[in-house]
Amino acid sequence: MGIASLDLYSQAIVLFAALALFTSFIMLAQARMMPLIFTFAWQGLLLAVVTVLVALVSNHPHLYISAALTFALKVVVIPWLLYRLSVRLGMQYDAEAIAHPTLLLLGGVALVIFSYHVAQSIVHLSGLATRNTIAVSIAIELLGMLLMCARKSAVAQVIGFMSMESGIFFAAVVSTYGMPLIVELGVAFDILVASILFGVFFFHLRDSFGSLDVGQFNRLSEANQSMPLREAAGEPSAGDPA
Amino acid sequence: MTLLEVTLLVPLLGGVLLAIVGHRPVAGWINVAVGVVTFGAALAMALEVFADGPQLSPSRMFYIDAFNVYLVVLTAFVGLTTSIFSRPYMRHEVERGRVTDRRLRLYHSMYQCFLFSMLLALSTNNLGVLWVAMELATLTTVLLVSLYRTPEAIEAAWKYFILCGVGIAQALFGTVLIYFAAESKLGAGRDDTLLWTVLHDMAGGSLDPAVITLAFVFLLVGYGTKVGLVPLHNWLPDAHSEGPTPMSAVLSGLLLNVALYALVRVKMLVDASLHTNLAGQLMMGFGLLSFTVAGLFLHRQHDVKRMFSYSSIEHMGLITFGFGVGGPLATFGALLHMTVHSLTKSAIFVTVGHACQLAGTQRIDQIRGLIRTQPAIGWGLLLGTVAIAGFPPFGVFISEFLLLMATMKSWPWLTIPLLAGFGVAFAGLFRHMQRMVFGEPPPGQKPVEANMLPVVVHLALVLWLGLAIPGFLSRWFEQATILISGASPL
Repeated sequence: MGIASLDLYSQAIVLFAALALFTSFIMLAQARMMPLIFTFAWQGLLLAVVTVLVALVSNHPHLYISAALTFALKVVVIPWLLYRLSVRLGMQYDAEAIAHPTLLLLGGVALVIFSYHVAQSIVHLSGLATRNTIAVSIAIELLGMLLMCARKSAVAQVIGFMSMESGIFFAAVVSTYGMPLIVELGVAFDILVASILFGVFFFHLRDSFGSLDVGQFNRLSEANQSMPLREAAGEPSAGDPA
Repeated sequence: MTLLEVTLLVPLLGGVLLAIVGHRPVAGWINVAVGVVTFGAALAMALEVFADGPQLSPSRMFYIDAFNVYLVVLTAFVGLTTSIFSRPYMRHEVERGRVTDRRLRLYHSMYQCFLFSMLLALSTNNLGVLWVAMELATLTTVLLVSLYRTPEAIEAAWKYFILCGVGIAQALFGTVLIYFAAESKLGAGRDDTLLWTVLHDMAGGSLDPAVITLAFVFLLVGYGTKVGLVPLHNWLPDAHSEGPTPMSAVLSGLLLNVALYALVRVKMLVDASLHTNLAGQLMMGFGLLSFTVAGLFLHRQHDVKRMFSYSSIEHMGLITFGFGVGGPLATFGALLHMTVHSLTKSAIFVTVGHACQLAGTQRIDQIRGLIRTQPAIGWGLLLGTVAIAGFPPFGVFISEFLLLMATMKSWPWLTIPLLAGFGVAFAGLFRHMQRMVFGEPPPGQKPVEANMLPVVVHLALVLWLGLAIPGFLSRWFEQATILISGASPL
């Protein structure tokens, strides 16, 4: 279906959804902390705008609440929290070395194609004006997951996590005009608590490890533990009957 | 006020109360008292459900049937016995200086909030609220895993938070897809589309198979992460081994069950609308993989709590496999195994907690001669391990035997990996156990104050279930089995 055959509202919805997807790619390759946080806020804003547009088109007033929740959490509270924490931890100018940026972006492209493939089997069910955007919402979710897997900084992982959550919220908006209100409120509450806990953790991480780089986590890895028997053979411990 | 409301509100209010007074010496007793009331209400509710059949609350937000009511009772019971154990244990930790007043308050408050979130997840009728409660269970426990603030504990808590967060986000997406499938049939604008009772009534053939299949894959990955299925299990041994031991007991004994409960609830919907065994086969595959891999990992552990966490993964894998096989016999066995595993594993963690305080370490090669220093702990650990390894007089043997029988009937070739897995796991547990229980105690090792009551009660129950399953309990399991698999095993 050609984009020109849609009415103006639908065109606007598709446009803003595409921009939101674009911000996911920016975040994937953005090594510096502050731009990363601001890009995340932009994505939240774009998704809130799409939600408002969907509410206008479909005449579902409860989507305004959903848009307000997205705006409050993803544009105001979480970016502000992350910003304040970065400043307090003195890492606002930090940049993280991304291992293979080109490969990462190509992986992102593959995920978008994959999401279109997945969405193909389900969009036919939906007679809604917004079904083009289902694939975009799946892609935003998967790109958030890729961000979490690829990056070693705790801040980037949190942003990936929240971006995944945004993608799922967005999927609910565009595929079903939002979840029941009680569920949306519950999810928003969980996300709020999670973001506060993440903040608490930043301080614990810095106190214990000196930085927010979770790539240095190796104390509990199975690969770093020697076999008990070999160790016992190496140093016979006192009081061991064997 | 209904009994269900009491069961849910008491832990929640207890959590609020303990947030204020949780550091006082009396807090341990308040914790126990809240557990007693919750357990009493849950038991009374179970008797009501047993007599009158399933209950749907007037607002249709809560639904209690034979399947979830027994898990509610089990959760309240293990929550109670673990709180009895936790009182002297946490006092000892405070004396050792590992826990400050503020953290003790956090611990007590979050303990009850955690129980509340699990009870909410079990009793809710709304798949969305189920997800919210599961996520809440992660959020309430993540600060408890890092309670000791060691680098290891922080690392474990971060892994737990991130991995479970990502995993459970997939489950939310699966829930959205189920909502999508249901809404395209029921029409938009209804607020009861996510209710399990509504979905289950309409599931018979009218939900779109493509969407439901996709939804189940996402839900399996999501809730499977919390069950600890391999390859999504990485967080589990860390979180269970680094937190305070009462947390390990409730995480291992209860949280994994609740996550599996969510998965089985969804499987019931998927089976009804797909008319194929796809969901079951996926669960069998993941279950068998977890069972085998965790059994092998048992052999290379240094940390006693880590070792028993792998044993939990192994048993959850077996239960998932059992639900996947489906059929009345396997479902009956899986339900029974859920119960006996919870009881035995929490008893083991209680004993291990005392053993670690006795030896002053969690390292297996430094725990020696328990039975000579303090026979109660030594015997507790020995009998607990015997029970969990599936020796005959205990209930775990019965449920494993039932699962094996069911497998032999429907998938004969799979009995070979199952039997091999039992052997490997048995060897993995006993190669470590023998030296910890017997062996020469290090000089200067002194007995500690220990409350072995929970262990005795749990192991006695497991023994009872192994010798003779009481009539009312077997009828109960039978009702749940009919609900899940559609036929009676007897």
